[in-house]
Amino acid sequence: MPTDPAIAVDQLVKVYNNVTAVDGISFALEAGSVTGLLGGNGAGKTTTIAMIMGLVIPTSGRVSVLGTDMTLHRHRVLHRMNFESPYVEMPMRLTIRQNLTVFGMLYGVDNVAERIGQVAAELELTDLLDRTTGKLSAGQKTRVSLAKSLLNRPEVLLLDEPTASLDPDTADWVRGRLERYRAERGATVLLASHNMSEVERLCERVIIMKGGRIEDDDTPQHLLARYGRRTLEEVFLDVVRGRAEPREAAQ
Amino acid sequence: MTAAPFTAYSPRRVAAMVLRYWYLLRSSWARLIELVYWPAVQMLMWGFLQLYIDQNAGFFARAGGIFIGAVLLWDILFRGQLGFAVSFLEEMYARNLGNLMMSPLRASEFITALMIMSIVRLAIGLVPVSLLAIAFFGFNLYGLGFALAAFFANLILTSWAVGIFVSGLVLRNGLGAETFAWSLMFLLLPLACVYYPVSVLPAWLQYVAWALPPTYVFEGLRALVIQHVFRGDLMLQALVVNAVLMVAAVIAFRMLVDSARRQGSLLQSGE
Repeated sequence: MPTDPAIAVDQLVKVYNNVTAVDGISFALEAGSVTGLLGGNGAGKTTTIAMIMGLVIPTSGRVSVLGTDMTLHRHRVLHRMNFESPYVEMPMRLTIRQNLTVFGMLYGVDNVAERIGQVAAELELTDLLDRTTGKLSAGQKTRVSLAKSLLNRPEVLLLDEPTASLDPDTADWVRGRLERYRAERGATVLLASHNMSEVERLCERVIIMKGGRIEDDDTPQHLLARYGRRTLEEVFLDVVRGRAEPREAAQ
Repeated sequence: MTAAPFTAYSPRRVAAMVLRYWYLLRSSWARLIELVYWPAVQMLMWGFLQLYIDQNAGFFARAGGIFIGAVLLWDILFRGQLGFAVSFLEEMYARNLGNLMMSPLRASEFITALMIMSIVRLAIGLVPVSLLAIAFFGFNLYGLGFALAAFFANLILTSWAVGIFVSGLVLRNGLGAETFAWSLMFLLLPLACVYYPVSVLPAWLQYVAWALPPTYVFEGLRALVIQHVFRGDLMLQALVVNAVLMVAAVIAFRMLVDSARRQGSLLQSGE
């Protein structure tokens, strides 16, 4: 039996001062799916995610998450979602425990202290809990940000370049934790990333944006086959540089 | 696990934000000292001026504690607004606004937490200074009794209304609008007649003065100290003007937040 999509975007447009950032995109993400949102700088990925969170009001079109209109009623569903980005920082002067306590309470988490203990153990933060957030390394800060995003066991998780600026080992470790969370919780994940190997590993569907529009939308395997490429990075470069039509389309 | 149910207004989320600011405040001795430093400097300066006038001027200027009382009440107004706005600015400095705006925290809960923190910060700053006023100049602010409660209520309401409006401006325009948090209240200093009666102003400016709730409070203070009369009528009028001001501030805040959501300003939250 078909279920309602976890995220539904319908003819979404965002214009800032006569500049079109997002130009009539539509997609629907199945509950429990992991989707990569790819695109170069200025492609409209961040604006799209911000509209999905209800942080930016669309010029036209509609976004719903878990059946709720995010422009009008986002507060009805925000406690069932979460967000992680290295570009949005946690307060530096607070300890990790203090930060997680505050966000646990904001998200209505029951038994916050117990949940912090669980998340800290999963993300190997237990020994760091009473350390000031500002004194952590980039990798540790990413783990704290990830801990915040998993505190409320979100049904929908939005990730904006979650492994940016991490060394390959730490980035791989973070991806492993995300895979495990998704498998355990059955969460819907939308991942904006520039890291193609990350997208290939985590995502079962890839949406490629360019100039505010969706240029392609398929599984990684189908994209590789249609463009006749060996890696997603090559497909991505073909699309954003307008170098090649998909082989099937060309044929 | 099922998600916590949706609640339109959550005291727990308000408590979370108060806790966040309390953690921040107690983590920084510089922040705590700053809360006491300026009120103490102001009170001492005006207190010594009062002593000088006591020795050299006429009856009205000598009316016991009129300047110290005015400066302490002015600090309730100014520090109340600053306490509200600075707590908000801390989120901008920490680049944490994105996390908050994408959390279930609602604007009404955020504003309530900022109101509570403005009182906490005010208490930390003003209680020691009011005790110093007793020790140095024999002026007991708490001796004003019920009148002090009426003065305080009206001044804090005005400070919150200005704080809400300023926070909306910063939310909409980024830290470039931060200067309003520090300076807007000073516009009220001459117009609200903190240190002199309304009658001193030109007739046309008196209309402006009476549109500001603090004017009624400072007139009320002078009536109490000079004529030993508590002007309940002035306090009620101040309350009515405050109610109008608060509604206007909340409407402006909501419009500025909506504008920020349309312009995408909440994504940047920088300069």
